[in-house]
Amino acid sequence: MLGPEEWTVLALSLRVALVATLLSLPLGIAVAYLLARHRFAGKAIVNGVVHLPLVLPPVVTGYLLLLAFGPRGPLGQGLEALFGAGIAFRWTGAALAAGVMAFPLMVRAIRLSIEAVDPKLEQAAATLGASRVWVFLTVTLPLILPGVLAGAVLAFAKALGEFGATITFVSNIPGETQTLPLAIYSFLQIPGGEGAALRLVVIAVVVSMGALVMSEWLAARAARRVAGR
Amino acid sequence: MSLSVSLTHRRGDFALDAAFEGQGGVTALFGRSGAGKTTVVDAVAGLIRPDRAHIRVGDTVLTDTDTGRLLPPHRRRVGYVFQEARLFPHLTVKDNLLYGARFAAPGAARPLAEVVEMLGIGPLLDRRIGGLSGGEAQRVAIGRALLAAPRLLLLDEPLAALDAARKSEILPYLDRLRAAAAIPILYVSHDVSEIARIATDIVVLDAGRVIRAGPVADVLSDPAIVAATGVRGAGAMVTGRVTAQHDDGLTELAAAGGALFLPRVVAPIGAALRVRIAAQDVMIARRAPTDISALNILPARVLSVTEGAGPGALVQVQAGDATILARITQRSARALALAPGDAVHVFVKSVSVASGDIAPVPG
Repeated sequence: MLGPEEWTVLALSLRVALVATLLSLPLGIAVAYLLARHRFAGKAIVNGVVHLPLVLPPVVTGYLLLLAFGPRGPLGQGLEALFGAGIAFRWTGAALAAGVMAFPLMVRAIRLSIEAVDPKLEQAAATLGASRVWVFLTVTLPLILPGVLAGAVLAFAKALGEFGATITFVSNIPGETQTLPLAIYSFLQIPGGEGAALRLVVIAVVVSMGALVMSEWLAARAARRVAGR
Repeated sequence: MSLSVSLTHRRGDFALDAAFEGQGGVTALFGRSGAGKTTVVDAVAGLIRPDRAHIRVGDTVLTDTDTGRLLPPHRRRVGYVFQEARLFPHLTVKDNLLYGARFAAPGAARPLAEVVEMLGIGPLLDRRIGGLSGGEAQRVAIGRALLAAPRLLLLDEPLAALDAARKSEILPYLDRLRAAAAIPILYVSHDVSEIARIATDIVVLDAGRVIRAGPVADVLSDPAIVAATGVRGAGAMVTGRVTAQHDDGLTELAAAGGALFLPRVVAPIGAALRVRIAAQDVMIARRAPTDISALNILPARVLSVTEGAGPGALVQVQAGDATILARITQRSARALALAPGDAVHVFVKSVSVASGDIAPVPG
């Protein structure tokens, strides 16, 4: 049903989305916790920066990434010096672009689940002898786990579909940065490519739909769990 | 082990300035809502940072703002039973109970089986939290706090969120807790009858200040605390021993210099009981009344007569070794010309003593 080229596209897309989601998850939880549970100077700014990719034109986000991580960007040169290789025009760069674009969705989902946890439970855990870290690991995290998974699934779906920032930052290189949406775009540019494009469209719909259903199911479980049933 | 608290804390319009000591046993912190009770226990537990405080349990200083010592809550080993049980919804009853044990010193925590038995929660162990009744949840919360091997137990109105039936279900467990816990307990309540039942000492808080502190029997029979208890809550506590169980459903107690007949109390002959007698259930006569339905007629001597702002007056009398409060009208007090030193008779209707106001004597 799928040709080798299309398998390459699908495998690359899944790899990019998976890496983007898993690597941004710890940071996502930390930022969500910070925004949900702490008051600090500049909270509005942190909140704004996190949500910026949601409202900026994706092409702008991609260009900013290129300025920072491109071969002449300060971070790009730093990575070059550290690892001997940058991430611009490589699949790791695609993962970064996808991760940045999906980050606000992830943080929002996790933040909501943290806000649903009664801080009085965390207080109770502290009086029973649990330090802050233990409270988080044994009370907060188990209670928000379904919310965290829901956020991760949502981020994964978003990363899988990322287009604008990716094509701007890492271009459209088959086998390296050509993810599902980029491949669909390319097939539509060449005469006779509609068939291949349509097959990829069906894959995109199936994977995204599956992710959404899973996310809903996890959110419902989160509600039950916090209610203690 | 003793408890020593001295604390000043100001938030907005509310200023708390309280100091008291507890000599082990159950120290009740009593006051209306808004008197500052929860602020005191939160400071003891380390959940708030007081403006100035010195808080000590036994030899351990928990808070001393003068030296900057402020132990974090998880290092205080202060077992806190909250008004709303605050059980962990993602854990079973058993895992809730064992939550604090892993942080306690090895061997310091009581055996699970002992606490489960004491609180009667054996059948609940594998249940989820969502299905527990209020009374069950509160008993689990008490067990959870005990199993964390605390050096002090705080109970913040543990019965306030429960209806009357649930309260009477849990009260006997509190009696057992008091008997079994070898640690001081600070018991917060706005309910005089709860305190008369369980406490050794009482600290009366009013608008952020301690207005009276001391042994429960002494403080509750003091007309001066009626401002804090309200007239309906006024009432003295007497202790006595069971002398007979009568066939007609009455239990006879030797108390307050005479015989006190109460609705059946399940207790062996010789058992020591404490009974709260509400001031509004006590009447006073100059001469021993005859042909009257009241069974409990005790000779007494007037200690003081305090006229309230309304039509009522509180008469404090000495009956045997007990001090009893009677709430009568000022009109009656004048008609009888009651004055300190006068010999009178007080009488109490047996059926007006609620079973919840009778409990074993602590210790």
